[in-house]
Amino acid sequence: MTTAPPAFPQARVCPHLPPPAYEELRQGPPLSRVTTHAGQTAWLVTRYHVARTLLKDPRLSSDRRRPGFPVISVQVALLTERKRQALIGMDPPEHDIQRRMFLPDFTLKKVRERRADIERIVNEELDKILDHGPPADLFTEFALPVPFRVICRLLGAPWEDHEFFQDAIRRLVRTFDTEEGRQAGRELLTYFEQLVTDFKKTPDGAGLIGRLSGSGRISDDDLALAAMSLLIAGHETTAAMISLGAVTLMENPAQLAAIRANPEAIVPAVEELLRFQSIADSANLRVATDDIEIDGVLIKAGEGLLIPGSLANRDAEIFESPDTFDANRDAGGHIAFGYGRHQCLGQNLARLELQIALTALWQRIPNLRMAVPAGELNPRPPGAIQGIDALPVTW
Amino acid sequence: MAADTTSVEGDQRVCIGAGVCALTAPGIFDQNEDGLVVVLTEAPSGEAWDKALRAERLCPSGAVRVGRSSG
Repeated sequence: MTTAPPAFPQARVCPHLPPPAYEELRQGPPLSRVTTHAGQTAWLVTRYHVARTLLKDPRLSSDRRRPGFPVISVQVALLTERKRQALIGMDPPEHDIQRRMFLPDFTLKKVRERRADIERIVNEELDKILDHGPPADLFTEFALPVPFRVICRLLGAPWEDHEFFQDAIRRLVRTFDTEEGRQAGRELLTYFEQLVTDFKKTPDGAGLIGRLSGSGRISDDDLALAAMSLLIAGHETTAAMISLGAVTLMENPAQLAAIRANPEAIVPAVEELLRFQSIADSANLRVATDDIEIDGVLIKAGEGLLIPGSLANRDAEIFESPDTFDANRDAGGHIAFGYGRHQCLGQNLARLELQIALTALWQRIPNLRMAVPAGELNPRPPGAIQGIDALPVTW
Repeated sequence: MAADTTSVEGDQRVCIGAGVCALTAPGIFDQNEDGLVVVLTEAPSGEAWDKALRAERLCPSGAVRVGRSSG
């Protein structure tokens, strides 16, 4: 009798550290077998070089509808039943065509032009926190609204509707109930379909949605789905990184002091935070479309793969003392944004938001500290973008 | 293409516009308005050469290719 391979992903115990059992997986073979949420057996990639090689391999598909795609959560299960896939679930040539439509809004130059706007948003949120005085919930009052406002402006999604889509997104990404998630997804999609229709009537509609609606380059349905998924991907991850990044910095006061003393130090520090946190394992899922031989292992067509950054980014052959947070290290090779053609479209926006937010926090509130020990923060369940939904702070 | 005439290449056909090259090695790479790679310095030397190699290593699509001899 054989025992089932270990479950993956697993739950974090401390929200800003990977699950303790991942260390043992890292010591094991570069490719091993795991059991998914849906009970499938899939391949787990535990090493950096194998992860990068596979994420570039054209024989791996991102299409959630393909049999064998690793279903690690209710949210992935919902995507397997969707006729239309967003960018993250597309393969070439459709993927490359659609990604190129969005690129002009995400170039380094365009992102850097947003600096003043991001700084204004960050300071407005901090003004509100300072006005009401300690304590505060740094997640709800800062980490969440900052990237939400930034991505709404980039997309052209009207801020006056934010309470609706914040609530619907929460129901979609947090639920363990398939029908609740399906319903929230339907509400969001209907909202964005209406928004695209409205934008087509106004020739100078704002943002990415305004630029592409009625352009004839993308169908209304595809644009609505794209807007919905960019809104979610554009804030959920950054909100998690701002809050967990703040936790890691507060847990390492000497390094935080060094970063505060040298404004340029935030740039490598953000790369190290991205490596150290690796919150988006749920984005690096694939299914093989052909047999692939790698590292003495045969991955058969139709088998699923999990290629988590939380393992590859702690490969000791690449990152010395990988479990140590070192804001000075060169962490630039991390795959926290993924690798290959699906690497994060908004990565340079995320970098800038994190640099600005994590600098301004202690400039404006020099004495900022956690109101509870890090161990008392509640991690999100495995399969979700890792993060916290509350961060009590005081000063 | 011979490495001794053009040392640094950016292949717009496979580029995914992540902007990693422009971030890693500014002055050697840039993005055009469509987000695709543009080579600014075809034969960098010294420290710039090291940055170009780093951009090649970090490029997620394989669009950035750097010859092995700086000439």
